[in-house]
Amino acid sequence: MTVGPRIRLAAIIAVALVVIACGCKKNSPAQPMPASNEVASWEKTGETRTYTAATLSNYIDGGAEQYLKAGFKSASTSDYKFQGKIEAVADVYEMADANAARKIFEADPAGDAKAVHLGDASRVYSQSVIFYKGPFLVRIVAYQEAPETPQALQQLGQGIEKRLSK
Amino acid sequence: MNEKKGTSRRDFLKAGVAGTLALGATDALAFANSMQAGVSMAKVVIAKDALLRGSGSKIDAARMSALLDRAMQTWFGSKDALAPWKQLVHPGQVVGLKVNAIAGRGLSTNVTVVRAIIERLQQAGIKPYDIVVWDTTGHELERAGFQLSSAPGKVRCMGTNAVGYEDKPEAYGTVSCRLSKILTRICDVVINVPLLKDHSEAGVTLSMKNMYGVIHNPYDCHGGGCNPAVADVNMLPTIRKKIRFTIGDATTACYHGGPGYRPEYVWRPDSLIVGSDPVALDATAWRIIERKRAEKGLKTLDADGRAPRYIATAADARHQLGTHDPRHILLVEV
Repeated sequence: MTVGPRIRLAAIIAVALVVIACGCKKNSPAQPMPASNEVASWEKTGETRTYTAATLSNYIDGGAEQYLKAGFKSASTSDYKFQGKIEAVADVYEMADANAARKIFEADPAGDAKAVHLGDASRVYSQSVIFYKGPFLVRIVAYQEAPETPQALQQLGQGIEKRLSK
Repeated sequence: MNEKKGTSRRDFLKAGVAGTLALGATDALAFANSMQAGVSMAKVVIAKDALLRGSGSKIDAARMSALLDRAMQTWFGSKDALAPWKQLVHPGQVVGLKVNAIAGRGLSTNVTVVRAIIERLQQAGIKPYDIVVWDTTGHELERAGFQLSSAPGKVRCMGTNAVGYEDKPEAYGTVSCRLSKILTRICDVVINVPLLKDHSEAGVTLSMKNMYGVIHNPYDCHGGGCNPAVADVNMLPTIRKKIRFTIGDATTACYHGGPGYRPEYVWRPDSLIVGSDPVALDATAWRIIERKRAEKGLKTLDADGRAPRYIATAADARHQLGTHDPRHILLVEV
């Protein structure tokens, strides 16, 4: 039985689309940001905003250069509030690969950070958490300092990590 | 547009000379000697209040007003709190306050600083509607804690996105930029109100780098550590003409990880840094950042490959925007 060139071309395109779709699903979670109360006491207070390489500067100004040089694909950011009082913003940067994510992570001094079990490597400060997992670099920053802030940020980080693992 | 009644940077320097009477004897003598030697000096005042926040984390508005008065009166050499403002601006002028809001609430020009400036401007005779607080976008301003307004009779607060950029660019050296219509069409004079920050590309940002928020293409100007682009942007004719003075917000600052908000690298100098020489201000900012980095055991910006070379460029024979030579900077700390 012979297969016509058009059918063969259509089959190749269909297979390619399936491969691309699967690849995207595996490497780019559609929504890395937990919904309200998906992580206990954390409310998602706004829409997730996304940035490409062309628009990243609109979000982090000149800070974008560092990411673009390392190999940047996209970024998502969302606002959160913990127990109605601690406001935070979570950023998820999807880099080209794990090396690029690690490069950004290791570019900054650890200072007085504590390492916790989060992602491939992590640092927890009094008002922020940063970790990377595979090609994803995650940074969560709180605007208020309170005794419960580090633990709460860590829990939100775990919620994001869970979604990145899907 | 109103008639320009303001004075030039040179006039301000003269005012600064007169102001040496308000300085300590050593400062005044050094300043006088330098003037006799024919060397033009740039005065930079750093005013600090260790109790600016009382026992909490929020800035006390009354103490901020007092800190602002101390900074301005020291720079201008005035015993009267309103005298500096009357030298800077005149009733009938539209006065812009170019803040820096891109990093959001955690690391933008503090609203309390801006409120204190607005209060003094109004006391100096500027009508509320003739005061315009502005930056690139309204969204950024809101995220930084400012409330947008264009209502008659009230202080205006707006982003350039509300009015747009000029169609025709201004050019100098390596840059060609369309300027914000807030600068070109609305404001007669502008007081620069930036924030002291480390910057991942430029090294340091305070006075001159804040002009990136005036142009349509800031992201085209970040190559080579923003050098010579920062200096070139500050040479654009309308920027040179209208930016009158800088009140640098160093209440909160960052020594690493800028320009975004990274609380792990933030500290609170609780200071204002004021002056009319943008190069001297940035050179001073660089020294402050380096001192803090050394205290934290971090590499110098030069060793980190991020020395702010645009500062020397701005001082070179071609640009002559000010001085970065510490021998020619009269640093007064009060």
